[in-house]
Amino acid sequence: MNETRTTAAPGRREVVATASTSLEARRRALKARRLRRGWAALGLVVPAAFFYVLFVLRPLVLTVQYSFYDWNGVGASTFVGAENYTRLVEKPELLASIVNALELIIYFSFVPVILGLLTAATIRKFAASRLAMVSRTVLFLPQVIPLVAAGIMWTWMLATDGVVNELMRAVGLGSITRAWLGDTSTALGAVGVIGAWVALGLCLLLLLSGMTKIDPALFEAARIDGAGAIREFFAITLPSVRQEIGVCVTVTVIAALAAFDIVYISTQGGPANSTLVPGLEIYYLGFFSREVGQASALAVVFMALVLAVVLPIQRLTKEED
Amino acid sequence: MIVSRREAWLGRALLILLMAVTVVPFISLFVTALHKPGTYPSGMSWPETPYWSNFVDAFQAADMWALLWSSFLIELGVVPAALLIATLAGFSLGHLRPPGHRWIFLTFVLGLTLPFQAIIVPLYYQMRDMQLLNTRWAIILPLLGLYMPFAVMWMRAHFVTMPPDLSEAARIDGASTWKLFTRVHVPLSRPALSSLGILMFLWTWNQFLLAVVLVDDPKNRTMAGALGAFQGQWGTDIPLLCAGSLLILTPTLLVFLAFQRQFVSALMQGALKG
Repeated sequence: MNETRTTAAPGRREVVATASTSLEARRRALKARRLRRGWAALGLVVPAAFFYVLFVLRPLVLTVQYSFYDWNGVGASTFVGAENYTRLVEKPELLASIVNALELIIYFSFVPVILGLLTAATIRKFAASRLAMVSRTVLFLPQVIPLVAAGIMWTWMLATDGVVNELMRAVGLGSITRAWLGDTSTALGAVGVIGAWVALGLCLLLLLSGMTKIDPALFEAARIDGAGAIREFFAITLPSVRQEIGVCVTVTVIAALAAFDIVYISTQGGPANSTLVPGLEIYYLGFFSREVGQASALAVVFMALVLAVVLPIQRLTKEED
Repeated sequence: MIVSRREAWLGRALLILLMAVTVVPFISLFVTALHKPGTYPSGMSWPETPYWSNFVDAFQAADMWALLWSSFLIELGVVPAALLIATLAGFSLGHLRPPGHRWIFLTFVLGLTLPFQAIIVPLYYQMRDMQLLNTRWAIILPLLGLYMPFAVMWMRAHFVTMPPDLSEAARIDGASTWKLFTRVHVPLSRPALSSLGILMFLWTWNQFLLAVVLVDDPKNRTMAGALGAFQGQWGTDIPLLCAGSLLILTPTLLVFLAFQRQFVSALMQGALKG
């Protein structure tokens, strides 16, 4: 530090001495330094950009490229134009996988957000209590464990002799018990239950933390004016946590559309493709039937779908700021 | 605050119900893990004689030490490097703001909603050509890239809030950009760094798709990937599968319970920023 100061001092004196004559030179030096710093600053981005370009952007471009070819991953590839895309519409299970993904949004997103909202609004009043503190730890557990583990647990819970059926028998609903994940009419909903279980804790606690930031005077004023719990919820609570709702919806909708781990473990897309989702179908096409082009075309449509669903949600929450 | 007693009770009941729903699958897994190997136990029944040895058997069958070591190596390859390069980029884009920083940042943000499955097919062939299939590098290197959108956004958001006066003062004292970074800004970024580190640790540990597609040998995978293989192998022996699953998820639970405060706030902030 000292060294730089002693070397800098004569330099400054020089500048002062020649200030009147070379104002232009000084400005140029300043500009050069700024430029040099600019380059140095850009240099700091290079490592991050290197990995991002090589392992995200490059495969992204390749996905689009592959989608126009017929390729089995080993031999020569042939250009087929948009054929992989037209075949997406013709193959019923490919289209069905997209419909399934959209249906999963109801379970993975709507259920946890709505249930989270109602519960958070009810427990807001004692958010600082011991019970609420303990719940922070407990309700986060599903977020912490691998989704694979959640899948294994719930496969067992939803089995013919699992806890769910046992509870139903205990309350007299024995007639509707079944292997929930093995029945074409209930499998997708059963997968949805697992996703809802995973997301509920995060949504509830996020919404609760949003609600605790609301000025308590607002609630008191509402109550004094004679508002009940329901009026209070729609007039104060709901509008105040719009941003948090946006976050919950975004995160859970992406999780629903990109579902892979849970489905892979619990049903593998079956029975009879009733739980097939795009993520899983890309995996099957790309690595089992080796239809790389077809898998890539589905991947492109899949990405477009995610953007088409998520971007409007993002815009809605941004406008609130 | 005006709270009717009925509402308070309803709230408590709801909360307890949700906690029960959260915990029951864990208990069911645990109880099932204690049954006689090879049997098909029902529901929540406590076994007549608990087979504690299932845990030992599963530990050996899964070669648990090898799995833990593998996950540890992958974490070691991913988390420190990702933190470093994301911090450098976030510092540059959020604080130094070189020409073009907006466009660069926008390019990173582009990858924020990208599901991993969308690029897994070309990633496979890329790893094959780099001759990295079946090695831990096949998980480490792509994760470094895949984490960058979120990690750069996270660190940039932190550096944007740093006052420019701070850097100017350091500059006047003769600090170079590098010194400014290491001596002033990194020490001030500790909370942001540790939250990001916790999130990336968790995501790496639980990473399934890359592990399953790019690495065949479970002993070179992440913990979640190894669990997938374990399910394939022991899917028919329910008690043993349950014991193995419990063993594999126990480390995350322990880390979570040890750092729960940081975990919860990191997850909440992570959600908010994402």
